[in-house]
Amino acid sequence: MSKPNRVLMSGNDAVVEGAIRGGVDCYFGYPITPQNEVIAGMAARLPPLGKVFLQSESELAAISMVHGAAAAGKRAMTTSSSPGISLMQEGISYLAGSRLPAVIVNVQRGGPGLGNIAPAQGDYFQATRGGGNGDYQTIVLAPDSAQELMDFTAQAFDLAEQYRTPVLILSDGRLGQMMEPVELRDPPRRPPVPKPWALTGADGRPQQVVCSLHLPIPELAAHNRVLQAVYREIERREQRAESYHTSGAKLVFVAYGACARLCREAVDYLRKEGLAAGMLRPITLWPFPKKKLQTAVQSAAVLVVVEMSAGQMIEDVRLSVGDKLPIEFVGRTGGEAPTVKELIQFGRRLLKKYATSRRGRRR
Amino acid sequence: MIATEKKVFARTPVLFPQITHYCPGCGHGIVHRLVAEALEHYGVQQRAVCVAPVGCSVLAYKYIAVDAVEAAHGRAPAVATGLKRARPDLFVFTYQGDGDLAAIGTAEIIHAANRGENISVVFVNNAVYGMTGGQMAPTTLLGQKTTTTPQGRSEVNEGPPVKVCELLASMDAPSYVARVTVNKPAAVRKARQAIITAFGRQVSGKGFSLVEVLSPCPTYWRLPPPKAMEAVENWMMKTFPLGVFKNKEAADAKIAQS
Repeated sequence: MSKPNRVLMSGNDAVVEGAIRGGVDCYFGYPITPQNEVIAGMAARLPPLGKVFLQSESELAAISMVHGAAAAGKRAMTTSSSPGISLMQEGISYLAGSRLPAVIVNVQRGGPGLGNIAPAQGDYFQATRGGGNGDYQTIVLAPDSAQELMDFTAQAFDLAEQYRTPVLILSDGRLGQMMEPVELRDPPRRPPVPKPWALTGADGRPQQVVCSLHLPIPELAAHNRVLQAVYREIERREQRAESYHTSGAKLVFVAYGACARLCREAVDYLRKEGLAAGMLRPITLWPFPKKKLQTAVQSAAVLVVVEMSAGQMIEDVRLSVGDKLPIEFVGRTGGEAPTVKELIQFGRRLLKKYATSRRGRRR
Repeated sequence: MIATEKKVFARTPVLFPQITHYCPGCGHGIVHRLVAEALEHYGVQQRAVCVAPVGCSVLAYKYIAVDAVEAAHGRAPAVATGLKRARPDLFVFTYQGDGDLAAIGTAEIIHAANRGENISVVFVNNAVYGMTGGQMAPTTLLGQKTTTTPQGRSEVNEGPPVKVCELLASMDAPSYVARVTVNKPAAVRKARQAIITAFGRQVSGKGFSLVEVLSPCPTYWRLPPPKAMEAVENWMMKTFPLGVFKNKEAADAKIAQS
């Protein structure tokens, strides 16, 4: 086996690398911290490759440019951070309604409003509940390393085209800015899908229209049924999660992205102390890996949801496990994050409490 | 004596043989035909993509027989930019009304024009929001009564109407910016010529062009169609004079001559 081609790079730079490996044709973006390395990286690297880079006048325009390029059947993407992603919701809803593939990376920062430029996970609801107007979903991938930022960005184009839907990658300021070794590799890819819907000019075929407008009620109802059928298929086939020492675990942390890194470290410490801790890390936030979570908590006495938010993913955890298990929450906002030490101490206390409780013994 | 028949007009095949949903006396039908004829003129209908707006002409693709994508309100120039950058071989044009282009889409049109984006824009100005029921548009005239300016548009409260051609002509990049109307046959012929000129700029890679068409809206001007046609001239053109506001090619030719 040849030596892996490893380089040190930031999570934001890994997005650029992943986009190129994923075959991006067009990138449109608007500056915002903490994602500026992405737009600068695209500006430097895409034009020499004969690919399109354009800085837009706003996030509204950026996502609309993605809309146009995607309608032409090209692999189009944009990146931004929380307030910019809010502006893009208009276009994301149109992309979903028009059944167009696109890749959008959100390097989340503190909110609400202008908030700050520190890492946060406060956009979970926006990402996993559609985000814009109407009944739609977008696939949401949650990487937890620079490596996954590269791999997932590359793979996101395939996913987007397979289901004809926008795919969101939920990063954050911490993942985006930190530097770590990344193996430059081409992650497993899906077979290419034909794009008979692409606008190429009505040459030798009837006119084609890419739109989300369906004025007659039965027509829009039918269109929504198609969308919902696609979403059910995605839910059946695309749930992804990482189970980390969950087999036999009494305490299971549930965390994604940057928080998962903290929990993984806490689990390692607790296990060194002989305590039965584990972690379930959702990789797809939508579809939420319900079954995988249910499996991961089979031996658990207590769950601990850890987020850099006031408590958003915890709702999906509750929807998945119901009231069968106590669910504790550790949340920080405004750019704060829990420390590994806090998580270890909290884990110890809970394991002590639930190891002696009836609930703990029952399992 | 029976003279031999001479064909003086043929319907362009770039229009679907379909009755439009537009109100009687509306200018959109005429403008649609002129657009279709200009596409046919250059033979680009098989590689053309229309970016449809939000407004009365949201269903433009039901009448103009080319590929189409429907943009969010005001974003047509950005969608067109994405399309054209992705596929420079396509002929890309937007068809926008005054609310779409001159209010909610101001940023997109200004910046597409400023980039000299190689797209064509057909801007239909009828001084009112038609689809939503007659509200004030950015181009509503001073004193004009609409549902949201029941006392008439006032300079103090709403500001004067936005003059898009004058605004865009102040930029260096646009290749061709002109204002025309379709209120009588001679004007329609001039409008056709302007749209052909504008589309030609894209065909020859000269960049951004925009043709503003003053168009009657009898329904929300509360006028019978013939009176609305007259009002374009007697009322609208006083604020929005016709003419070519920017013509880079002519300017270049002049420089070359001197």
